[in-house]
Amino acid sequence: MTGPAGRGTTSRAHGRDIAVVAFAQTRHTRRTDDMSEVEMLMPVLHQVLSQTGLRTGDVGFTCSGSSDYLAGRAFSFTMALDGVGAWPPISESHVEMDGAWALYEAWVKLLTGESDTALVYAYGKSSPGELRDVLTRQLDPYYTAPLWPDSVALAALQAQALIDAGEADEPELAGVAARSRRDAAANPHAQLQGEVPRGRHLVRPLRVSDCPPIGDGAAAVVLAAGDRARELCERPAWIRGMDHRIEAHGLGVRDLTRSPSTRLAAEHAGLFERPVDTAELHAPFTSQELVLRRSLDLDARVRVNPSGGALAANPVMAAGLIRIGEAASRIHSGESDRALAHATSGPCLQHNLVAVLEGEAHAG
Amino acid sequence: MPAEPVAVIGIGQTEHVAARRDVSVAGLVREAARRALDDAELTWADVDAVVIGKAPDFFEGVMMPELYLADALGAVGKPMLRVHTAGSVGGSTALVAANLVAARVHTTVLTLAFEKQSESNAMWGLSLPVPFQQPLLAGAGGFFAPHVRAYMRRTGAPGTVGSLVAYKDRRNALKNPYAHLHEHDITLAKVQASPMLWDPIRYSETCPSSDGACAMVLTGRTGAARSPRPPAWVHGGAMRSEPTMFAGKDFVSPQAGKDCAADVYRQAGVSDPRREIDAVEMYVPFSWYEPMWLENLGFAAEGEGWKLTESGVTELDGDLPVNPSGGVLSTNPIGASGMIRFAEAALQVRGQAGEHQVDGARKALGHAYGGGAQFFAMWLVGAEPPAT
Repeated sequence: MTGPAGRGTTSRAHGRDIAVVAFAQTRHTRRTDDMSEVEMLMPVLHQVLSQTGLRTGDVGFTCSGSSDYLAGRAFSFTMALDGVGAWPPISESHVEMDGAWALYEAWVKLLTGESDTALVYAYGKSSPGELRDVLTRQLDPYYTAPLWPDSVALAALQAQALIDAGEADEPELAGVAARSRRDAAANPHAQLQGEVPRGRHLVRPLRVSDCPPIGDGAAAVVLAAGDRARELCERPAWIRGMDHRIEAHGLGVRDLTRSPSTRLAAEHAGLFERPVDTAELHAPFTSQELVLRRSLDLDARVRVNPSGGALAANPVMAAGLIRIGEAASRIHSGESDRALAHATSGPCLQHNLVAVLEGEAHAG
Repeated sequence: MPAEPVAVIGIGQTEHVAARRDVSVAGLVREAARRALDDAELTWADVDAVVIGKAPDFFEGVMMPELYLADALGAVGKPMLRVHTAGSVGGSTALVAANLVAARVHTTVLTLAFEKQSESNAMWGLSLPVPFQQPLLAGAGGFFAPHVRAYMRRTGAPGTVGSLVAYKDRRNALKNPYAHLHEHDITLAKVQASPMLWDPIRYSETCPSSDGACAMVLTGRTGAARSPRPPAWVHGGAMRSEPTMFAGKDFVSPQAGKDCAADVYRQAGVSDPRREIDAVEMYVPFSWYEPMWLENLGFAAEGEGWKLTESGVTELDGDLPVNPSGGVLSTNPIGASGMIRFAEAALQVRGQAGEHQVDGARKALGHAYGGGAQFFAMWLVGAEPPAT
């Protein structure tokens, strides 16, 4: 592994500037029984392409993220591709991960110089199954998964570890929940908006408000390189660096109060070179936001999750990509000059991705 | 800044069998990875990132297995990416890993693909009902048989061609110690007498269900210079996809396959694949796909692929050997099958293919496809570094 002093993973090291030039998402809802995954995704694809004036055939590379386990069937992404309209045939790939990692694959593809534009999309419908049960299938299949420890219970272990270490208490967790849902009031896409009661304990010490809503949703992003990005977007959100790192799977060998993989990814993405003004953190549980804030040295000057974050809408497989899209949108609109976006995967923040986005200084 | 040239400096695969009951999924992938590292004479610490692929998670019943496999593949503290593009995934996974090197994001990347089909049941995994969508019709054979019939009708190919392919690939597999099927008593008559499964596809013309994994170590120019064994150089690589279903789709010779091959040849500067390519590792899960893909990949004119097969051109000692390893017909750990094609092509140009080595192979094509013949991934590797 290269250390932070070694070879970085910043775009500039590769001689090519790449930016997020467009972002669209659904209004995330608890259930979408009346539509298929493709029907949920299609409006988002149309929106993101219309923002840039691109058509499917103009895009150099397409990459998506989704999960067969949410769809309850193998090869679930093939129907979405039919919706994209891959004709004539397109250069295309898919990761069975959150769409943030699809964006990472697309970013690498643009860095090779083989393409100048990329379409990235992700979707997930949690409503057809019992999400807490489904996510237990992510665990070690021989020793852990047969016990069905669910995602909320595992997050509660992490929250309790944080409290036991004296680094948080329940009121602090409640403060994160309240701020997130207040901010979500200004987000028309959020599933939960405005004040939400803390609710009963779901799994101690986590109350209902410390946990993300379960919902269905989709998101899409367009990336472009260099001058192409300037043509497609007034103020592109340049990806200054992006990196992701994974930790051990077994919770027993990890210090759950820290997120070393997030820290390492941030170092490689160049986060600490200059302060950021905004951070979109993929923290589905309030306690995880505290862990991430500390691992990233985010202080009170950084605006965290102005969208409301995953506590307001957490469509599994799209929520990480949405963090990148939300951070980019604030750069597009001029509300942010340098923003951090983070995505997570696996139990208790096992796998983490960090992207650093910047807008160019305003003229004059 | 031009892209970094990409070299394959380590290849490892497991012995492929119907059921590896002696290892867990983690044990299986680690075995292939360890062998690839040993081949490159590198350690886990030399690997900057891991790119892993496999076909549907339902085949083992583990959702997003990269999470569980991070420890077994020495990925803790490193980037780990999980690719899934249906049957073409082994090839796509290698290409994603190659891009990490080409883009200079990482110096040395471990890429791996696997399937442990004995953990579950692939037929079940493919047959989960989906509202508002047509079922896959009795597994992959049921889906592909009508397209084979269309090929026969369109080209006038005699009914014997499929059995020739199966007979050839199963004999080639006898020379490959890693192959799943070692049918020492195979004869053409036995293939032709095997039961008809999905007319015109006979039992002996179908792939087995295998447990297995394949891994490669990819690196750039500096890493290749330190390689203890000859590297295989990537001269071209591409993916192409088209929709599963629409009125204009040609299931016999999909446009995405033609476009993908054309892109790879363009990158590699190949103008006459039939003459310039020395060996082909082609994704042939049902025997008739050899003549079909010969046309789709530009090795034969439309309607002429079966003639190459029938005349012996694709035999191990023929002019254009196809699947010297025994191919998917002899070994099919689904998610790994594409990467095995890519790795076997690399073995050929490294001169490391053992008994199934094609004499003097300098350029070889690795090919994979998946879904409803809609996802394609290919690479062309050479014994010499690509011209810059």
